[in-house]
Amino acid sequence: MPTIVVDVMPKSELLDPQGKAVTGAFARLGVESFTDVRIGKRFELTVDGEVTDEVLAEARRLAEEVLSNSVIEDVVGVEVVE
Amino acid sequence: MTVRIGVITFPGSLDDRDAQRAVRIAGAEPVALWHGSHDLEGVDALVLPGGFSYGDYLRSGAIAALSPIMTEVKDAAAKGMPILGICNGFQMLVEAHLLPGGLIRNDHQHFVRRDQRLIVENAETAWTSAFEQGQEIVIPLKNAEGGYIADAETLDRIEGEGRVAFRYAGVNPNGSLRDIAGLTNEGGNVVGLMPHPEHATEPGFGPDTRAAMRSGVNGLGFFESAIAAVARVAA
Repeated sequence: MPTIVVDVMPKSELLDPQGKAVTGAFARLGVESFTDVRIGKRFELTVDGEVTDEVLAEARRLAEEVLSNSVIEDVVGVEVVE
Repeated sequence: MTVRIGVITFPGSLDDRDAQRAVRIAGAEPVALWHGSHDLEGVDALVLPGGFSYGDYLRSGAIAALSPIMTEVKDAAAKGMPILGICNGFQMLVEAHLLPGGLIRNDHQHFVRRDQRLIVENAETAWTSAFEQGQEIVIPLKNAEGGYIADAETLDRIEGEGRVAFRYAGVNPNGSLRDIAGLTNEGGNVVGLMPHPEHATEPGFGPDTRAAMRSGVNGLGFFESAIAAVARVAA
């Protein structure tokens, strides 16, 4: 069955406490190659049937209205994968 | 007339019974309401209680904000009914866009529980009229996802409109921007805050005060304010 993948990230200008904690762990491990880590969410929506324009539009709507909160997050990707 | 205040239980609510008790102690009749219903049972005011609805999955309060009863909650908010969101209930009000901004993980990553000093920044809402403007109160705080955030434009706007209802005093326990602890809507009938007024309504069970241990009852003013607001409308 086809799957639609939705990626959501915390807004870049806002604090990401989880990412900050991982950045701190990298520093304690002596990792010097990466200056920042940000943590987002990946949703996999399994589609019942074919991915039509309507299905994709509905996925985009739900990504904006349910899967993310536009005050604190951005939807950075809505993609179909087989 | 006995004021009837509904307390909505969601899957994962923890403080619904405490809120009902606080309503009773303040002199109103608590009415237990259910998230899956579309019936507010004719209540005069509403409390969305604290807890961890749906295990804080997706975002705190996000799934509960989509509950059937939230349709009626939004209608009631638009009609001016006093509605108080405490902790997880505040997160639901934000997710339902009844209050602006968002709440994220505490900046220090830890769950925090403390008796918290607050400044009442707006004493003209349906839930704060029993206080003086600028009054300092102490009620318990307990959360992991209490960091209030909004963009600078939103923060400036809500500050300008007097919609910051409470600000943390002494210490900012969770990294909330501009020390914001609670908000109100444009009408002043909807109020949300992270700390817990319902846990400071009965001597023996509240925060410590200079007078005696656990004697703090600053939370009573919230419920007394709502009872007065309902009575004013009825008069």
